[in-house]
Amino acid sequence: MANAREEILGRIREALKVTAPKPHFKSESHGATHSINAKPWLPDGGETESARLELLSENLAKLKANLIRVPNAAAANQALAQISQTKNWKKVAYHSHPLVSPAAEALPCEKWEVGASLDKQKLEGCDAGVTSCEALVSQLGSILVSSESSGGRSLSILPHVHVVIATTDQVVADLETCFKQVLEKHRSKLPSMLSFITGPSRTGDIERILVLGAHGPKELYVILIG
Amino acid sequence: MSNAKDIFLKEATTASADGPQRIFINKALGGYYANRDIQKARYRDWEKARDAASLAKWTAVNDLANTLETFVKKFEGNGGKVHWARDAAEARNIILKLIADAKAKAVVKSKCMTTEEIHLNDALEKAGYSVVESDLGEFIQQLRGEAPYHFVFPCMHVKREEISALFTKHLGTAPTNSPEELTMIARRHLRQLYVDADVGITGANFLIAETGQISITENEGNARLTAALPRVHIALSGIEKVVKNLDDLSVLLPMLATAGAGQPMTCYNTLYSGPQQPGECDGPKEFHLVLLDNARTQLLADPEQRDALHCIRCGACLNVCPIFKNIGGLAYGTTYQGPIGSVITPHLRGLEQWNHLSGASSLCGACTDACPVRIDLHHHLLHNRRNANQASPNLFDRLFHRGFNFVISRPRLFAFGGRVFRFTLPVLKKIPLPYLSAWLKTRDLPPAPAQSFREQWKESNHG
Repeated sequence: MANAREEILGRIREALKVTAPKPHFKSESHGATHSINAKPWLPDGGETESARLELLSENLAKLKANLIRVPNAAAANQALAQISQTKNWKKVAYHSHPLVSPAAEALPCEKWEVGASLDKQKLEGCDAGVTSCEALVSQLGSILVSSESSGGRSLSILPHVHVVIATTDQVVADLETCFKQVLEKHRSKLPSMLSFITGPSRTGDIERILVLGAHGPKELYVILIG
Repeated sequence: MSNAKDIFLKEATTASADGPQRIFINKALGGYYANRDIQKARYRDWEKARDAASLAKWTAVNDLANTLETFVKKFEGNGGKVHWARDAAEARNIILKLIADAKAKAVVKSKCMTTEEIHLNDALEKAGYSVVESDLGEFIQQLRGEAPYHFVFPCMHVKREEISALFTKHLGTAPTNSPEELTMIARRHLRQLYVDADVGITGANFLIAETGQISITENEGNARLTAALPRVHIALSGIEKVVKNLDDLSVLLPMLATAGAGQPMTCYNTLYSGPQQPGECDGPKEFHLVLLDNARTQLLADPEQRDALHCIRCGACLNVCPIFKNIGGLAYGTTYQGPIGSVITPHLRGLEQWNHLSGASSLCGACTDACPVRIDLHHHLLHNRRNANQASPNLFDRLFHRGFNFVISRPRLFAFGGRVFRFTLPVLKKIPLPYLSAWLKTRDLPPAPAQSFREQWKESNHG
């Protein structure tokens, strides 16, 4: 039996011997060369920092995520403590990070710093996961977490509540800019997982009615410093 | 013996006669239309964004061999393993072997239409593994023992009362009519299964050649959990899912969400580039990707319909299709329903058996207008009709058209024929003639006028 890889690639090359016409568009601005720069046509991400922050907060609100703006790290710690009290958290998981650790360690409940390896059963029993992030995208209200910036893959998805602590200089305008930054930052090796989180987990599978908290966090908090 | 066409005609007739169900489906889609329009309005130019999305897919598909090779090299460089499958059986065998090698007992799956296409669940269950669909809609359909109704909204046809009864029967939970409570029942039930599963199976929405990542789009978080907790992650993807780079993805991700579900962005869009890396605290130890052909290269070989491989499976064409809305998703009998399913199924499963789907269209073009990557869907339905007719010409059609052509090019004969037809119509209505009797089954034919149009015209102008 011929090697499947070679056979499939052979079929593809054979099929592509006949060329398909390039799509014709009514808009004339592109078509001749391969330029997909769609940025000017996608939703706006904001030109200035204040415009970006305003868009981000608007989009997060529409997504039913909770944004808490605070002036400094000390206020962020207080904000986290307040959520913890209101929600009556018993057990909180977090990862080691200059913004996250001090806030989580000060909480008046059981705390667990996920270490080199993660006990998934233990994490399942936690009320909340507190993480940092790679970036926030004002255009869409998305938060980019990664296995590197956010304590692995499970911490931001398994606990019932996810709290992100971030700073305003992490806000970028759009997806394209965000990808550019990520590629630059992780030039040598990408984190094995990069995930754009856009609001708390949701489903519309039952009669297309929106329900929050299908499998991932039911609630998403963003504590934004600056 | 019934073939696909007979089953389709029977199912479609039953479904389209079910008025309350049609109202239910239209109501369920109402919210989608409203949200989609709100989100589309946020684009500075939706039409030009569609051009860009279309061009991104065109570029990758028309350079598929190179794009795939670049992707595979990067993917394997990141520590993943690629497996190539020529057809469904080969893909099933690869996945079964991977699961056996992992000495797995329990398998958890996130939503993936490609696994439906290769009938993976049947194969896994026959081999003795317990498989759980974790997407809420797929989970409900799995309990119902029914195929997905819509490839994005799998159980949109099921009422909450039915779901409540289903959960009571299978999970022993108390009846409830609240979608929220029903969702929480599934959440509680599935949670431990993620933790216990040895293997997680997902699909992939995009493969990115530039970085060797696979991109998975979902709302519930079940794919995130499936790719985080089990020790082996197996992803299955069609070869056509590859795109050149992350720039292309920055267009396709928001458009997929807006066109597919009326969202600015789907809740979780996740890029995976490998198994757990040194310094990372969790993630699978092994990461496998099965790349599936399964007749996609046949569609690729047809330059006229090659753009059907641009499909990003958003489901927008289903949501606007008058046929889908009236006959529902199950009648199609295909993995992919609606206009895109009617276009590609004849290529994937054989034109002769599945050409009837090309007739299940009003050719209104709503699908083509809705498609975010500008697939020329309704013309492809015509192309399939033409191809089928060329492959096995229908004798009746040929004779009919030849006769019609003969008559209409002779004005006197046409006038005479018209007169005969007008007088014999009351009788013709009662004779079971091909096509006419099927047409008249659900329609009334008005009585024929005494004069033909040409006679009336003459009188009104010269009388």
